[in-house]
Amino acid sequence: MTYLLAAEGSYGTQGGFFADTAGIMLVLPLLAFLLILAVGKRLPNEGGEIAVGALAINCIWAVTLFVQNMVSPVVTEYTFEIGRIGSGLSFEFGWVIDGLAVMMYFLINVVGLIVFIYALGYMHGDRRVPWFFAAFSLFAGAMLILVGAPNLIQLILGWEGVGLASYFLIGFYWEDMANVKSGNKAFMVNKLADVGLLLGAAILGVVMGTFSFSEMEHLATTGDAALGGVAMVAGLLLFFGAMGKSAQFPLHIWLPDAMAGPTPVSALMHAATMVTGGVYLMARTFPLFQNLAQDARITMVVIGAITLFAIGLLALTADDIKKVLAYSTVSQLGYMMTAVAAGGYTAGVFHLFTHAFFKALLFLGAGSVIHAVHSNNMSDMGGLKEHMPTTYRTFVIGSLALAGIFPLAGFWSKDEILATLGHEGYTAVMWIAIGGAFVTAFYMARAIALTFHGTYKGHGHPHESPPVMTGPLVALAIPSVLFGLFNIPGVHIPGIGNFAEWLAVRGVAMGDHHAESIDFFLAGVGLAAGILGLLVGWLIYSKDRETQVARDSFEVPLLYPLLQRKYFLDDLSDGVTYATMGPIARFVDWTNTYVIDGIINAAGGLTVLLGRFVYNGLDQRGVDGIVHGLTAATDGAGNVMRKWQSGRVQQYAAGFVGGAIVLAAVFMFVL
Amino acid sequence: MTVIQYVVLGAALFAIGVYGLLVRRNLVLILLSVELMLAAVNLNLVAFESLLATSEALGQVFAIFVITVAAAEVGIGLAIVIMIFRNRQSANADELTLMRW
Repeated sequence: MTYLLAAEGSYGTQGGFFADTAGIMLVLPLLAFLLILAVGKRLPNEGGEIAVGALAINCIWAVTLFVQNMVSPVVTEYTFEIGRIGSGLSFEFGWVIDGLAVMMYFLINVVGLIVFIYALGYMHGDRRVPWFFAAFSLFAGAMLILVGAPNLIQLILGWEGVGLASYFLIGFYWEDMANVKSGNKAFMVNKLADVGLLLGAAILGVVMGTFSFSEMEHLATTGDAALGGVAMVAGLLLFFGAMGKSAQFPLHIWLPDAMAGPTPVSALMHAATMVTGGVYLMARTFPLFQNLAQDARITMVVIGAITLFAIGLLALTADDIKKVLAYSTVSQLGYMMTAVAAGGYTAGVFHLFTHAFFKALLFLGAGSVIHAVHSNNMSDMGGLKEHMPTTYRTFVIGSLALAGIFPLAGFWSKDEILATLGHEGYTAVMWIAIGGAFVTAFYMARAIALTFHGTYKGHGHPHESPPVMTGPLVALAIPSVLFGLFNIPGVHIPGIGNFAEWLAVRGVAMGDHHAESIDFFLAGVGLAAGILGLLVGWLIYSKDRETQVARDSFEVPLLYPLLQRKYFLDDLSDGVTYATMGPIARFVDWTNTYVIDGIINAAGGLTVLLGRFVYNGLDQRGVDGIVHGLTAATDGAGNVMRKWQSGRVQQYAAGFVGGAIVLAAVFMFVL
Repeated sequence: MTVIQYVVLGAALFAIGVYGLLVRRNLVLILLSVELMLAAVNLNLVAFESLLATSEALGQVFAIFVITVAAAEVGIGLAIVIMIFRNRQSANADELTLMRW
C-alpha cells in the first residue's frame, strides 16, 4: 500500500482509522450483492435486511469521514498496484479521501440507506425482491468504487458497474416489453457516450503518462501549456462520456424512459446519485479544465444551458408524475453541468449535494402516491392531500426546495450557480438559468396541483403509506430544508467552516470563484423567478383541479405539440437508429447466414470426414489391431507354456537332474 | 592313499539317491533318497580332505555343515509330510498335483 500525501502537505498528515479503512465501504455492498443472491430468498425480508445492513455499516464510515473533513481535513489516497504496462502506466485500485470524495461517500451512503429502507416497504410482496436488492447493492458498490477511484481506470470500472446495475433495474419488470426496451435504450445511449470516456481516458493516460487523478492534477497545475491542445480534445471526450451518464442534451433521451424501473431505483440512481456521475467526473477532473482546457468550456456551458432550459420545459406536458420528475432531474443536471463547466466547482457540486436530497424526496413521495393509487399518471390522481398528509407535506417541501424558495436548500445552491455564471461572464446563460428556475417552479406547481389538489379521479381508496415509507420521506425532508445553510456566502460556521471550504480540500487548489457575500439583486431575481413560476403554475392548473375535464387546458399553440413530441428527439434517434442499423443488421445477417455459416459448415464437414478416417482407419484397424494382436500372442504363449506346470514334483526333479547332467556334460566335454 | 574306492562308493550312493528321488512315490522314501545323496556328498568331502589334508580340515568342516543342514531339512520335510498326510490321508507324490495351472 502506498500512502500518498498531497504535495502541499498543508491539509493534515494522517488519515486516521476511518480514512485508513474507508475501502471497506467500497467492498461491503458488493459482498451484500453476492450474499443476497446466495441466501436472500430464505430471509424474512428477502435480502432487504442485508442490503440495508451493509449501507448502515457504510454510513458509520461515511458520516464520520464527513464530519472529520469539516474539523480536520485530510487529503490522501490508498492504492494497491495490480498491474503495469512496461515501466510507465500502472493500474491501481484503491480509494481517495478528500473533500469531494468524502462528500460523495456521505451522499451515496446516507441517501442510499434512506432509500433502501423505503424500498423495504415499497417492494414488499413484489416480484423478485431478492434480485432487486442484490442489483441495488451492486449499484451502491459500483457507485462507491466510481467516486472512490484514485484513477481513471477504476472510475471506468465503477462507471460501467453502475451502468450495468441501471440496466438490470430499469428492465426489472421485464415481463413488459416496453421496460426491456427502456433498459436497452439506457444501456446503448450510455455505451455511445462511454466511447468518449474511454477515448478521453486513453488519450490522457498516454499523453500524461498516468491514469492517477492526483498526478494529473499536479501535471495540470504545473505542467506546460503544450498539453493544452491534447487536454482540450481529451476533456471534450470526457465530457461526452459525462453527457451520457448525466443525461445532457441530446443524450438525455434515456433518462425519462429509465423511469420504467421501480420508484426507489428512480430516486437513488436516476435522480440522486448515478446520474450525477458525469458531474462528479467533471468535478474530479476540474483542474484539467481550469488550467489546460479552458477552450472546451463554452461548448460544455452551451450544452448544459440547453439541457437545463429546453428539457425542463418538457416536464410541463408529461402526465406520468415520474416523467415530470425525470425531466426535472435532467434540467437540474444541466444546472450542475453548466456550473462546473463555467468554472463553478463549488457551485456545481453543491447543487449536486442539495439536489440529491430533495429530488430523492420527491421521487419517494411520487412512489408513495403511486403505491396508493396504482398508477403513474397524474390524470388518475388528484385530491390526495387529505388521504396522504405526510406524503403531501414532504412533497411540498421537496418542491419548494427544488423551486429555489428561500431558505430551503435549493435556493442556496441555485443562487450559487447564478452567482458563478454571472461572475465568470456567462451573462446570457445566467438569464437562461433564471428562466429555468421559473420553469422549474412552474412544473412543480402543476405537479402538486394535479396530484394532491382537486378531487380524486382514480379507482380504489388511496391511503397513506406505512411508516417504513413515510419515515424516509421525513428523513429526507430535513436535509432538504437545512443543508443549504451549510453554504451561505460569506458565512463560516465556527469550528467547521462551510461547504465550499470542505469541498476545496483537494490535492491542488481548485481556483474556482466562490462568492463571499450575497448578491441580493441576483438572489432576489432568482427567488422572484421561483415564486412567479409557482404562482403562474398554480393559477393555471388550479383551474384544472375544479373542472377535472381537460387536464392540460393550458395549451400554447405550436409549443405544446412540440413539447409533447419531446422536440422529436426520440423520433429522430429512433429514425436514425432504424435507418442506419437496419441495413447494417441486414448485411450482418446476410454475412452470418451465407459467409460465416458456410465457413463453419465447411469446416464442420471436413472435421467429420477427418474424424471418420481417424476412427475407421487409424483407430479401429491400426491401434485396435496392435492391441488385439498383442493380447492374442500373449494368450497363445500362455496356453502353450502352462502345460509345463504339471504340479508333479518328480517331473520337475527329473528336469532338474537332466539339466544338471547336461550342464555337467557341457563343463566336462565342451569347456 | 587312494580315493578311488570312496569316490566310486559315493557316485553309487548318489545314483541310488537320484533313482529313489525320481522313482519312489512315497514322500518319506523321497526324503530318504535325498539323505542318501547328501551322504554321498559328505563321503566325497571327507575322502578328498583325507587325500589333500588341508591345514584347516575344510572337508570335515563342510561335511559337518552339510549334516547340520540335512538334519534341519529332514525335520522340516517330515513335518510337511505329516501335515500333508493329515490333510489328505495320503503321502503319495503322484496325488499331490495341487500346484498346477
